Formats: sequence, C-alpha cells, structure tokens
Amino acid sequence: MTPEAGMPPGAAGPSRVVHVEHCMGTVFSIDIRDPGPWEPAIGAVTTWLHHVDEVFSTYQPGSDISRLRRGELTAAQANPLVAEVLGLCARAQEETNGYFTAALPGGIDPTGLVKGWAIERASGILRAHGSVNHCVNGGGDIQLAGEASPGQPWRVGISDPRDRARLLTVVAGRDVAVATSGVAERGPHIIDPRAGAPAAGLASATIVGVSLTRADAYATAAFAMGASALAWATGMPGIEALLVWPQGATSRTPGFTDWESSPGPAGRPAP
Amino acid sequence: MRRVIFAIVTTASAVVFLLSFKTHSTPAAATSPPSASASPTAGASAATGTTSAGASATSGTSSSSASSSAKTYTGDEAQTIYGPVQVKITVKNGKVAGAEAIEYPNNDPRDAQINSYAIPALNSEAVAASSARIDTVSGATYTSQGYTSSLQSALDKAGR
Repeated sequence: MTPEAGMPPGAAGPSRVVHVEHCMGTVFSIDIRDPGPWEPAIGAVTTWLHHVDEVFSTYQPGSDISRLRRGELTAAQANPLVAEVLGLCARAQEETNGYFTAALPGGIDPTGLVKGWAIERASGILRAHGSVNHCVNGGGDIQLAGEASPGQPWRVGISDPRDRARLLTVVAGRDVAVATSGVAERGPHIIDPRAGAPAAGLASATIVGVSLTRADAYATAAFAMGASALAWATGMPGIEALLVWPQGATSRTPGFTDWESSPGPAGRPAP
Repeated sequence: MRRVIFAIVTTASAVVFLLSFKTHSTPAAATSPPSASASPTAGASAATGTTSAGASATSGTSSSSASSSAKTYTGDEAQTIYGPVQVKITVKNGKVAGAEAIEYPNNDPRDAQINSYAIPALNSEAVAASSARIDTVSGATYTSQGYTSSLQSALDKAGR
C-alpha cells in the first residue's frame, strides 16, 4: 500500500477548516486547507452568500429580483450587483448562442449563473483574507483555489446523475472550477429557451474551466443544448465538458481527459 | 480508510462487511512475502472457517503476487443476525481494485437470491467508491434535505 493509504484520505493535518452553510435552498461547503484561524473569513463568506440570496432570490418576494420582475424596480434602481449579474448573463447568452438566458418566460431570472458567480466571489473573499488553498462547493458547483495539500491537486468526484452515490470519474486540478447541471435531484427544471420546454436530451452536463461564473452558466446551457452540446463545448476555448446521456453513456470533449486523474495501475477507465 | 467507509455507507450490507476490515487490513501486508505462485486466494483460505464468537481474534491475512503489486486482504469474520459474513478485498497501489464476499449466508433460497445481487453490488460499489480518493463532489444541485445523505456531506463530516 502507498503511504497515504494509512491516513484519512483528504486530511491535511490540523490546518484544515470545514464550514457548512445552508443558503439559497442548498448547502455550501467551505473547505480551507491553510493554517488558520479562519472565523472572520468564513463569517465574511457566509454574510456574502446570504446577501446574494436576499438580492437575487426568486423565492423571496422582497428581493431585488422579485421586485424587478414585478416592475417595482428598474435595473438601475436595484442593488448594483443586479446590473453586474445581468451583464454577465448577457455575455453568457451570447457565448452560448442563446441556450443560457436570464430572460425566462416567468420573468428575469439569473439563477443559472448567480450561484456560480457568488461562489467564485466567495473564493475571492477567502483569498482577500489570506487563504490560497481552499474549495468552495455550493450544491455541487465548485471553485477551487491552490491545492488540497502540498503537491497534491484537488480531486473532484463527478457524481453519476443516475445514482449519486456513485462517481463517474475524478477531475484533478489546481485553481479550477467545476460545475454540473442535471436533473438528478430537483427534477426537470432547466428550460431549453429555444424549445420553451424542459430540456431532456442529457442526464447531466459537467463543465471544467477557470471561472465558476462561466462554468455554471455554460453547464446550464450545455444541458439545455442536449445533443448539440458536445460540438459547442469543443469549440469553446478554455473549457472542457463531460456529458452524460439519459441511458448513462458519456461523451467528453477531447481535452476533458487531460483533467481526469489517471485511471490507475490496472488501467481501469472510469466506470 | 475513512473515506472508503463513508463512501460505501449507502449500502448497509457493505457496512457490515467493511467494519471487519477497519483495524486489520494493513499490518499483514508489510510482512507478507511475495508469492511466486501468485495465488490470490492463498491468504484467504487460511482465515476462513472460524465461526467462534471471538471472531475478532482472527487477524487479517494477505497474499501478494510477484507479477503485480496487487495484494488481497481478508477481513475478520463478522457475525450478523443472518449468519457469518467474511470479505476479501484486493488492493493495488493503495486502491481497492476488487471486493468479494468469501463467506456469507446461503442457507435457503431467499439468502441465495439476495446474495445473487448483493455480492456483485458490493464488489462494484467498493471498487467505484474507494478507488476514488476525492476531496469534493460535483453534481446536479442538491436540496438542503438531499445534502444530508450525500457523499459531500460525508466528506464534510470527515473534515470537521
């Protein structure tokens, strides 16, 4: 056995802090692998996440987004973060040929990008507090900074949309973002804006990139694209994609395998 | 092996199996000489057959092959309400490459029926979960309630 097999995998000694925060209807895991203390940084991150929820929630009647949807506010009157996010949504819409859009039938809804953006910003808050090695995971969308432990990249398991206790593969990297869109838990909820109906062509779409703001919107778009997602993702610079088809088969952009950790001594590909 | 245990916790039967590994899987490996015969079951048979209540006194055994780095570890026999259970795992370069129940209840047709799918499931789950040393999990957004039973939740608990 290798030396690491005897110790708890993932353990980085005493300089590891994990904080779990319920927000936006899901759970955020903040995993810091630098010598602490990190209470002030974690406090700043959780305050930020709840602030984002207050501004952008489509479930809270008093949020800026809800008021915008009801016509009680203009984008210019809303919290300045709203204009920033809507600008990012417009960019994502252009980059995805309209498969990502915040202009949904029920009104303006930047949900498909806000969480990734908030997580990427949360990572920035941790950096500003001095952390260089951390992982922020919000409901399955991940921004990584630095390494899991000295010399060891972060290892991200990609869950099987048909059985989330299983992993399809493992992505290993430093300073990367990983976002997955799928139907696994919340049921069909991603609308194909072109068809105006729930997307059903894929079981899940995973995007690996540098920025989670983009990766999150791209994963949503790729899921909506269905069969055309592979060609689109292959042509997009700076990202790679893993697509899972409804019957469980997978497709990868040519560069995705560069992110996948080596299949192991037996040469066994990911199941 | 904490992550291994967590990852497999979704299968109740696998938990029973793996509990018997927790403390006995490692020591024998270092002292076991490579076997030219490369018989993966040589060690396993030595540990089988003990049915006493003091099963924990039986230590795990291993065998290794000269042609590869694969080693097998045989867990202590665990007494369950259905009968004795004993499992052998194959480890290659620190990762679980296979798992197999070498003793399990098989006394009536219903036992045999259950085991016909439970044993292969144990094998594939142990390999899938424990060969992946992971820090976090990406997947479709889970709800607050769904998080409770998620792999990410287990990883977070392990880190705290």
